Amino acid sequence: MNSKESRAPVSQKGLAVTPVKNSDISTVGGTISIEINEKKVSVPFGITILEACKRNKIHIPTLCYHPDLCIAGVCRVCVVEVEGFRTLQAACAFPITSPLKIKTSTPQVRTARRHIIDLLLSEHSGECYSCVRNGNCELQSLAQEYGVDSYTFGHVSQPKYEVDKSSTAVIRDMSKCILCKRCVRTCIDLQEVGVLEAVDKGDKTRIGTFLDKPLADVICISCGQCINRCPTAALHSSDPSDEIWKAIDDPNKHVVIQTAPSPRASIGELFDLEPGNSMTFQLNTALRRIGFDAVFDTNFAADLTIMEEGTELLLRLKKLLVEKDKTVKLPQFTSCSPGWVTFIEHFYPEYLDYLSTAKSPQQMFGAVLKTFYAAQVGIDAKDIVSVAVMPCSAKKFECNRPEMNASGYKDVDYGLTTREMAKMIKEAGIWLPEMPKSHFDSPFGDASGAGLIFGATGGVMEAALRTVYEIVTGREVPFEGLNITPARGFEGIRQASIKLENCLKEWKFLEGIDFRFIVSHGTANAKKVMEMLKSGMLKDVHFVEIMACPGGCLGGGGQPIPTTPEIRKKRAEAIYSEDASLEVRKSHKNPHITMLYEKFLTDGPCGHISHKLLHTHYTKRGRFIK
Amino acid sequence: MNKVTKQQRTGPVIFSQYERGQGIRKAFEIGRENILYELRESKLKGRGGAGFPTSMKWMLAAAAKGSEKFLVCNADEGEPGTFKDRVLLTEYPELLFDGMIIGGFTIGAKQGIVYLRGEYEYMKDNLEEYLEDLKKENLLGSKIMGNENFSFDIEIRLGSGAYVCGEETALIESLEGHRGESRNRPPYPVNTGFNGRPTSVNNVETLCAVPHIVLKGGSWYSKFGTNKSTGTKLFSVSGDCKNPGVYELRWGTTINELLVLVGAKETKAVQVGGASGVCIPENQFNRKLAYEDASTGGSIMIFNKDRNMLQVLENFMEFFTEESCGQCTPCRAGNVKLLEGVKMLKSGNYKKEYIDSLKSLAKTMQLSSKCGLGQSSPNPFLTILENFSLIT
Repeated sequence: MNSKESRAPVSQKGLAVTPVKNSDISTVGGTISIEINEKKVSVPFGITILEACKRNKIHIPTLCYHPDLCIAGVCRVCVVEVEGFRTLQAACAFPITSPLKIKTSTPQVRTARRHIIDLLLSEHSGECYSCVRNGNCELQSLAQEYGVDSYTFGHVSQPKYEVDKSSTAVIRDMSKCILCKRCVRTCIDLQEVGVLEAVDKGDKTRIGTFLDKPLADVICISCGQCINRCPTAALHSSDPSDEIWKAIDDPNKHVVIQTAPSPRASIGELFDLEPGNSMTFQLNTALRRIGFDAVFDTNFAADLTIMEEGTELLLRLKKLLVEKDKTVKLPQFTSCSPGWVTFIEHFYPEYLDYLSTAKSPQQMFGAVLKTFYAAQVGIDAKDIVSVAVMPCSAKKFECNRPEMNASGYKDVDYGLTTREMAKMIKEAGIWLPEMPKSHFDSPFGDASGAGLIFGATGGVMEAALRTVYEIVTGREVPFEGLNITPARGFEGIRQASIKLENCLKEWKFLEGIDFRFIVSHGTANAKKVMEMLKSGMLKDVHFVEIMACPGGCLGGGGQPIPTTPEIRKKRAEAIYSEDASLEVRKSHKNPHITMLYEKFLTDGPCGHISHKLLHTHYTKRGRFIK
Repeated sequence: MNKVTKQQRTGPVIFSQYERGQGIRKAFEIGRENILYELRESKLKGRGGAGFPTSMKWMLAAAAKGSEKFLVCNADEGEPGTFKDRVLLTEYPELLFDGMIIGGFTIGAKQGIVYLRGEYEYMKDNLEEYLEDLKKENLLGSKIMGNENFSFDIEIRLGSGAYVCGEETALIESLEGHRGESRNRPPYPVNTGFNGRPTSVNNVETLCAVPHIVLKGGSWYSKFGTNKSTGTKLFSVSGDCKNPGVYELRWGTTINELLVLVGAKETKAVQVGGASGVCIPENQFNRKLAYEDASTGGSIMIFNKDRNMLQVLENFMEFFTEESCGQCTPCRAGNVKLLEGVKMLKSGNYKKEYIDSLKSLAKTMQLSSKCGLGQSSPNPFLTILENFSLIT
């Protein structure tokens, strides 16, 4: 994350030295000999002292450092001694370009680190017992690591700031903030939204918003990436679990829950499992034991989304190519990432017509539950409480959008993050990995692999292609094992194309077209794509998938903390291997989807009924909120 | 107190005769390499206080890769008790701008920027007028003095009042329109400075010494002062004395000599180097003002017998508590703790052990703060507590 165009101030930006890549270390000058704690080692030229120590199994404590973010060097916890320097140096910020002699654990270093931790504790108003991050707090861990047994320089007993609960997704408790600026770097640099920045100076320094407005009144897109990187509980998500417990305990309420693929791939991490262990079927059992009346698979709705969104795309193409309607907006952008939707509403409101009108899977499912399902089970929609376990904090914002009430009631009542779900499971006395496996409930049952891979960046594109290609040509996508590899991976912006040949009679107008698509994740990349669109560079592109969060949903703002590139990679692997193991891997082949269109959405995808229930409209929010 | 005029100022180097353009003409004659040679011979060090060899800084900036380079004059004179740059900016612009032009010529910069302290806004019009005059005389702008290969322009930019912006990397951040916060180093500004380009940031006084050195030679200059601190220094003298003001003295002058010169009586303490400097008690008044002894960017504050040193210290610590940029932990939170400690001492309600742990914390701040601000802000705390029996 060292891009030159990034908006972060240089003081918080990466190093000017580009480290030598692993593959190039054999070249002359590729490595450099240094001494760490009197041991000679050879390291790639330009890497930081921190990285060099890590490679040589020397632990250096960090706090403001985060592998996803540019370097700040502000907490000073990682200081080490470097020969020839009068002062201690921050290991995270010091690039090795000469043969240094480094000492990582001298009395001076240990005293300094302990002092710094003491100082941070003197600013941090935190009562560990009553904190959502108790047991998963980096400040707490540091205090433990350095044997802090008293507050040497005092402790804040009264919160300094009022908690900002204005946002439906992200709660800011600035009294717990230790000014590591990870959130600032996340918001300005990683996501390029720019809601948070340090304001004032000296002992009055704090992280603030534009004119100190509450979060709900600034252009926050609720992506929650700041939450995932906050070392303490200064940023956390708005937790509806008390209301959900109340609904579960109310005999008059029929409480249903849908689970998204990404939480299932990551929730195990909150039960001491290594990243990459999928808990889909154990979770079903656990949720029933907690007291949910039915457990559904969001992937069913993801399949539904593919049907609607794919059909919408084909209709747009038809309008353009057959009806020669020049007003048609192409490429069509996906709309299932609520952070992305809010981003485009704020930053590119004039381009909302490019967004698919299809609701996200979460909201589609909610709409179907309170209409079709309500009728099936004979329960009034008003007595159904619909909960969604999502990897996302923006889903909380989405389910509270006033337009999301197809049945006359909120499509989805509560969005629950993976973290909050795990907390409820633990509260119920359940250890998730020990649960027997069980399937999802009828009438929606298990979904296709296409819905499942929605969790990873590129997944929506891949799922859509599996269906659209087959509808148009009558054949499966020409990729081995249906794995559309060009759509996969973690590169910020990926472009590829598939040629449409031998199209079925109905789709002859697409014959010979090079179907071009772009996959992008993280709003910083989304911004680049939008600028490409603005400058006319996307004229020949047909479909764009954008996910607000780095890595897609599996790196969502509701996912277990910590998040790193490695962890996200493992979560993706879990998702793709589960897809490969499934029998049905194409949305249109999901029998429950076919059933739904036969019995309920009788005028087909993008028909009148589905338009009323499964499609939505957007708001031109702009950058200035009154 | 009578206002001192330029004609009344005397000194061996800076306050000596100089006509604008003289240094530039000589610089063009001898060329870049000889300018650097003379500077190295002069052993001129940064006059902002840090004392980095100027020849080295310019050599690094000249050698840095990049077609676009900048020479920035640090005129953010913010250290409490210093006002010598104000005198230079208002009375000696010919020295400053000639120094900048020579600097730009030496390092290969086309653009010079004066980062002027926000409170000095009233000088801006005059300085810009002066620059216009220079342009009319072809001492500034394109092809200076007909030199085909050298064009140089100077822009005046205003700071907004933050003390930290006197730190060169924070100054550059501020120039770029960001919050005034120091950067990580390395990389250093000579490689990655303003807009990511090689940049030399020099104090007003450093630049003012350059034309004289170029004219009269490095060995002439290095005859003044001590071996490690060559040349002269402008001292801004304030506090309890008869003749406060700006003095040009040779490095190595003792505190005693200075006190006599300015007519100070019954002096108890001298704060050398401003709020972030050290506090020197009477029994050390034979110490020399020099980089290697009592070092200063210019500020000399004199306190007589009537002054309460805890009160003085409290003032300083209040200043740092407010003026820390707030980014790094030791400086932001450390100064708060030191100030609390001073308040405890003032009230008499304190534990000696706690004050000792604050002294240890002060050392951590010196060692682990991100920039010079936090690294030097504990100086008055440590020296005042050490030199005046305030803990009973």
